[in-house]
Amino acid sequence: MIATGLDARRGPMRPLPASDLMVQAEHLRKTYGPTRVLDDVSLALGPGEGLTLLGPNGTGKTTLLRILATLQRPTAGTLRIGGVDALKEPEAVRGVVDMVGHGTWVYEDLTAIENLRFWTTLGGHDAARPRLRAALESVELDTVADQRARTFSAGMKRRLALARVLLGRGRLLLLDEPFTGLDRAGRKWLGEFLMAFKAQGGALIVATHSFDAGVGVADRVAILAGGRVVLDRPAAELGLDDLRRLYDELAAGPGTAP
Amino acid sequence: MSAYVRRAWIVVWKDVLSERRSKESLNALVFFSLLLLFVFQFALGPDRARVETALPGLLWLAFILAGLLAFGRTFLVERENDCWEGLVLAPGDRSAIYLGKLAGNVLLMAVVEAALLILFALFFGLDFTAALPALVLVLALGTLGLAAVGTLYGALTAQLRARELLFPVLLLPAVVPVLLGAVTATQSVLAGQPLAEAMPWLTLLAAADVVYLVVGMLTFEFVLEG
Repeated sequence: MIATGLDARRGPMRPLPASDLMVQAEHLRKTYGPTRVLDDVSLALGPGEGLTLLGPNGTGKTTLLRILATLQRPTAGTLRIGGVDALKEPEAVRGVVDMVGHGTWVYEDLTAIENLRFWTTLGGHDAARPRLRAALESVELDTVADQRARTFSAGMKRRLALARVLLGRGRLLLLDEPFTGLDRAGRKWLGEFLMAFKAQGGALIVATHSFDAGVGVADRVAILAGGRVVLDRPAAELGLDDLRRLYDELAAGPGTAP
Repeated sequence: MSAYVRRAWIVVWKDVLSERRSKESLNALVFFSLLLLFVFQFALGPDRARVETALPGLLWLAFILAGLLAFGRTFLVERENDCWEGLVLAPGDRSAIYLGKLAGNVLLMAVVEAALLILFALFFGLDFTAALPALVLVLALGTLGLAAVGTLYGALTAQLRARELLFPVLLLPAVVPVLLGAVTATQSVLAGQPLAEAMPWLTLLAAADVVYLVVGMLTFEFVLEG
């Protein structure tokens, strides 16, 4: 059994101005020349809520996450994170957003524990060795703590990235295909970790192709197709079969849903 | 230790540790320096007088060429596994990251310059001992200026497709004041003149360093954001 370690490892979440909504995105549009990647996307997410984003490849899931993380600016629209205008004051929200995207932010020539020490110190958190070790233990990398990341598999690097999240104080967690490369135990651990994160009041957005794992951690499920949100419903209202059917109808051709 | 210094320090620590393990830049730079020395040896021949006349220029030519290789690679490691994103999203003053990267580059260049000085001494039978303290001062000021611009432009071009072409095109004109001051001061120091003779050039170097450093610290945030 893998312990999520969330309570023990994470510091207190970074404070933000009081707001009912953690994420409030309205009419987001992103274009690259004539190509419209996102078109009139609006999302609202409260503290302690989880949203799973589904959609075929190339529908703008990653772009949306990057905009929410303030890594990219939308062409149009507004974005508030915890009540702060994230487009005007990205600096003010960066300490509260954690992200594990396609890249894991792992330095190949550093060991696992050195990678954690670097990101934790840069983020202004406590980088005491026992705390870093405990985070590695939580993601079952404690036995390779002093091995260089270059020797790690893709799944191990992803676990290392999650250990970094564990040590942060983010209140909004953005994950792009987090279940990729994880074995069964790892997926179970991640699910538990994300549920514990939400239970502490953190908001969560997961972009994934994995229906069961994604829906398992979601309070709401949204389907993105052609750069638009074509469905946004409470997860409790949707069974997996319903979701697959709707996905086939709204987002892709029949038989493409996993 | 303040949070700012801790953040700058952790960047130096990470870069030095990575380089010590991979030795990617160091191996390439030492090999490149050896090649340069061979070229200089062939070009100048055994005439010691010619070597001594050209020495300040040759030294700084070698340093700037080595710097072009070193500084251009500074931020390439951040592209691997999208570490760049982490730097962008890290809270706090970005100039700490710039200073950390700059310190890493200065350390790397210090090793390369020491190696080059030893190689020059061996290849051309030169003795730098008497001029060494003053020479170290000139090298320190010159290297800081080169690294301050090189680190900034390294970040500026790291995300560009034509970075190998753009980096030297941007860097070389910007470091003309540093090269001018450094070569002239080195000439004076190697000629055995008192340090006071080189003072105007050292002052120019120090002023250029301050300007480049301040500009780098103020603009790095925008460069990092892209």
